[in-house]
Amino acid sequence: MPAFWHWFVAAGTILFIIWCVWLVSWSAKQGPQGKADEALVGHKWDGDLEEWNNPAPKWWLYLYFITVFWSVGYLIAYPGLGNFKGVLGWSQTGQYEAEQQAAADRFEPIYARFAEMDFAALASEADAQKLGASLYASYCTTCHGSDARGAPGYPNLTDGAWLWGETEQQLTTTIGMGRNAIMPALGASLGGDDAVDNMVNYVRSLGGLVAADDAAGSAQPMFATICSVCHGTDGTGNQMLGAANLTDEVWLYGSEPEDIRNTIMNGRNGVMPPHGDLLGANRTKILAAYILSLSAAD
Amino acid sequence: MRHETIEKNINLMMVLIILAVSIGGLVEILPIMMSSETTEPAENSEPYTPLRLAGRDIYVREGCYNCHSQMIRPFRSETERYGPYSTAGESVYDRPFQFGSKRTGPDLARVGGRYSDDWQRLHLENPRALVPESNMPGYPWLNDRHVDPELITKKLKTLKLLGDPYTDEQISGAAALVEGKTEMDAVVAYLQGLGTNRTNRR
Repeated sequence: MPAFWHWFVAAGTILFIIWCVWLVSWSAKQGPQGKADEALVGHKWDGDLEEWNNPAPKWWLYLYFITVFWSVGYLIAYPGLGNFKGVLGWSQTGQYEAEQQAAADRFEPIYARFAEMDFAALASEADAQKLGASLYASYCTTCHGSDARGAPGYPNLTDGAWLWGETEQQLTTTIGMGRNAIMPALGASLGGDDAVDNMVNYVRSLGGLVAADDAAGSAQPMFATICSVCHGTDGTGNQMLGAANLTDEVWLYGSEPEDIRNTIMNGRNGVMPPHGDLLGANRTKILAAYILSLSAAD
Repeated sequence: MRHETIEKNINLMMVLIILAVSIGGLVEILPIMMSSETTEPAENSEPYTPLRLAGRDIYVREGCYNCHSQMIRPFRSETERYGPYSTAGESVYDRPFQFGSKRTGPDLARVGGRYSDDWQRLHLENPRALVPESNMPGYPWLNDRHVDPELITKKLKTLKLLGDPYTDEQISGAAALVEGKTEMDAVVAYLQGLGTNRTNRR
């Protein structure tokens, strides 16, 4: 704070306190002062109801003085008078940092112990699982659901299907750096409604939802040309790209013909936002182990 | 001077009341309004782009501040969940600021980038499609209404008048940037920009 405003605040505060003391003291002396004609203020209601001109009760007066003493003590101990920091040296930032430090002293050794542990062992470590569950509840439920079963477009984490892989490296990258899966809109490339319908049938037949018939089969060469680049010639997907396995039972955006048609015509954009900055490496690892354990339990 | 003197002289009483009630504001509020910490933007804080500005006004119109604060307080319990605590310089382009005073929903000061654009859209349309436990109302009409390009130009001009550093090119190009955009586009753009001036979250 510039010098002018420092003095403005300090002088304003001190003068106001002095003025308050004067005002309360002066006001306490007001009253009848022994003169009978001043004992009543002169108002009269309902014929006989009158108002005495008495000073405020003593306990009330003392409360005023206590607040004044309190404010003086406060201004000496804590910041308040302009740039004066107070003799206790308290600051909001300092209090926050002390709180952070206390938490670091308490929790970092726990995280450090888990950081050294083998990833697979974390899944069976009860404390790590408890930590993982609370991290999950704080950071993951809004998209993946409090039961981790996801929502349309937001992967179910309990079904054992992994778009981006289930190794420690893959899981911590997914959580820390985020992922961006792009299914381009391919309606035009497939060429016309019939071709798209055939492709929908073919994709559904890959997943065993319908029997492979001639119409579906006619889309197979097109699949090999366009779709296999990401989903593989056999439709089992590619974890490097987050391309879904089309032969399993998991349909992220729905398995109805209309859903799959939408996916092909308009494309999809699956975004996992990065959480590495928010979590830090140690907690990311604990969380990854917890998430992996969710599908192992089933 | 006696009580009677003040009580029977309304002009004197008025002057004394004004003096008594204004001293707190003069000492506590005025110096803060003059302090560079509160009047100068935080590092990387930029004036709102036209689309985000439109989104901000829709945020205010829909009363989002009734349930969402944009003020992360300097407590560990808050910074763990939301990111670094808010500073005054991050709100200099907010007129009025959206600190809020009630959290039925979470704080949004650093919600930008926490969810995908698609998530924000679907969630604004029908929150329960994504979060079954949510008690937030849906805002599906945002998809049907469009941002007024003429109005956004006027808003930018007004903000420039108040000191926001918009260039003439930004103002003349504003209408084109929001042309054809829905209110949903605007709100999502606004939300995705919140708190992104700080990338280092921990």
